[in-house]
Amino acid sequence: MKAVRSMVLVSSDAESIALGANEVFSAFQQKIQDYGLSDEISISFISDIGHNSAAPLVIIYPEAVIYGPVKPDDVLDIVEEHLDKGHIVERKLVPAHELSEHLAWLSSRKGTLPAENRIVLKNVGLIDPENIEDYIALDGYQALGTVLGKTPAETIGIIKDSGLRGRGGAGFPTGLKWSFVAKTHIDKKYVVCNADESEPGTFKDRLVLEGDPHAIIEAMAIAAYAVGADEGYVYIRGEYGLAIERMKVAIKQAREYGLLGKNIFSSKFSFDLHVHAGAGAYICGEETALIESIEGKRGEPRSRPPYPTTFGLWGKPTLVNNVETLANIPAIIRNGADWYRSIGTPSSPGTKVYTILGNVNVTGLIEVPMGITLREVITIYAKGMKGGTFKMAQTGGSSGSIIPANLQDTPMDFDSFKTASVSLGSGALLICNQEICVVDLAKVLLNFFRFESCGKCNPCRIGCQKSFEILSNIAEGIGTLQDLEDLQMMADQLYELSNCGLGQTAGSPLKDILTYFHAEVESHIRLKVCPADTCPMSGKTIYQVGQEVKITREQGA
Amino acid sequence: MPTIKSLDDLTRIREEVLKKQELITTSGKTEIIVGMGTVGRATGTQEILTAILSYIEEHNLGNVIVRQTGDMGLDSFEPVIQVILPGKERVTYGKLNPEIVKSILSNHVIGGKIIEEFKVER
Repeated sequence: MKAVRSMVLVSSDAESIALGANEVFSAFQQKIQDYGLSDEISISFISDIGHNSAAPLVIIYPEAVIYGPVKPDDVLDIVEEHLDKGHIVERKLVPAHELSEHLAWLSSRKGTLPAENRIVLKNVGLIDPENIEDYIALDGYQALGTVLGKTPAETIGIIKDSGLRGRGGAGFPTGLKWSFVAKTHIDKKYVVCNADESEPGTFKDRLVLEGDPHAIIEAMAIAAYAVGADEGYVYIRGEYGLAIERMKVAIKQAREYGLLGKNIFSSKFSFDLHVHAGAGAYICGEETALIESIEGKRGEPRSRPPYPTTFGLWGKPTLVNNVETLANIPAIIRNGADWYRSIGTPSSPGTKVYTILGNVNVTGLIEVPMGITLREVITIYAKGMKGGTFKMAQTGGSSGSIIPANLQDTPMDFDSFKTASVSLGSGALLICNQEICVVDLAKVLLNFFRFESCGKCNPCRIGCQKSFEILSNIAEGIGTLQDLEDLQMMADQLYELSNCGLGQTAGSPLKDILTYFHAEVESHIRLKVCPADTCPMSGKTIYQVGQEVKITREQGA
Repeated sequence: MPTIKSLDDLTRIREEVLKKQELITTSGKTEIIVGMGTVGRATGTQEILTAILSYIEEHNLGNVIVRQTGDMGLDSFEPVIQVILPGKERVTYGKLNPEIVKSILSNHVIGGKIIEEFKVER
């Protein structure tokens, strides 16, 4: 296991190279070796650093300190003072006015380690989930009691002010969604918790459900009071046996304590909760399919509009929120909107739970403020790459975006990712090293989607199947250049024409791969070579200018 | 079973529970907390739990409380347990098997010596 203590990044855009970035790089290598720090410090080039006039820049993680302009003569000072002794070399820091965009943002946090900050997972791993008293001892149900003394409009106001955005992937403002449901004048409304966490690689909701089920009950009761609902469903995916079991125990206990049922806290508010287990369909994570599934119908998405906020479960206004979103609610009510706004970035306040998996030394789960960069997650929490260098990451499970190496320093929040035209998704971070082939990855993903597509609309049903076939051909070494165009078209049309989120996002990893790794896909077709040596290229017979050519891997390599 | 009718009721129960928990910590009892989430169960916390309980029975350790909790987010280190000696910091151990757990019980819980080898830094 190789974990580095610090990471040195030297800018390598054209301007930096012209001003001597290469010399600075080799000086760093030399000095780091002289000080015997080679095992503890990694050094690499970074290409995308945005506009600045202090090139070449040197960024040192984990402190996120930016030096510049750095000359080879300055390297000794930086290595001796910063890397060896741990003091920041103030006189070489980049002048603040030279920085723009995310460099400015990085610099604003210098000296602060992006520490884990647990809001959603505060009690998870500390309390006994099957004992309500443990939860009450840690301020549990205080927020519900407080809210019942306020008006529903005030409660929605707090959530709106906090800037909380839905953590299911799309990032829709939660307060706004609540107000949509609250605005409808219908006697019966529902609150539904979407715990059908079927995105491969995501298991953040499972931890909350298993470790702190009362937080969800409390949050749903608060939501129900705010929107005027009196009944709720927790839709848990069928595979989460333990989560279902613990949620049922928790609901039973809450009923016994009078925290669910009629006239909660002697108020006029009544609320009860049911658990509904899914049957293992990926599509049921989509909110309208989930609603259909609760109603006992086939899990197929509805046409929208009308949205569930006006026409949801049994035709009544329904609030559907993700587990992680709900788990934030009690803490926001207890500590106030301003407190929540002080964490994370201005456009995406709060924390995000990430599940780390793939080619890294430590996998597992972290909760960090919004706006941390991927590079920091890998270096600090995942303790570095395993078996090679960083090639790409996929955020947000199968339907998420592929993040190439040059976007590693993009702050992970909803808006920065949107600007970079990638999506944050549900919070799974699949980290891949250079041994992972992009064609193989896309093939595996599309294989998943072609099975999970519900089949209701043609673009998704046929598009996923067809894309998978093309990718299989490319992997076998019998792809053509026309296939590349077809794939691009398929990825675009999946997004444009599909009925629901499944089809719309199924093409996004494909699109990203064609954007960022076009050359690698092309080499499968033109050279019949898989650069990562993963694809079978199994020697299928192909015809070239009327002549039979047998392709084998030896020939290709 | 107390029914909560108001915020005061809730605060009262909260204080009662805190008092109960404080009694545990000041009574000089050691707490062992076993992570019993899905990952924990899959990697064998059930056996760890059995090992702990049988060790306690064998050695007549009257002052140890064993509790369960959910996953702690340390999936690479499962199975995970936490040991809290009275008045001491919480120590997390990972990558355990029943044999290691027995040595933790004899060295740390009885002897008070932390086994650095299996300690997980958070």
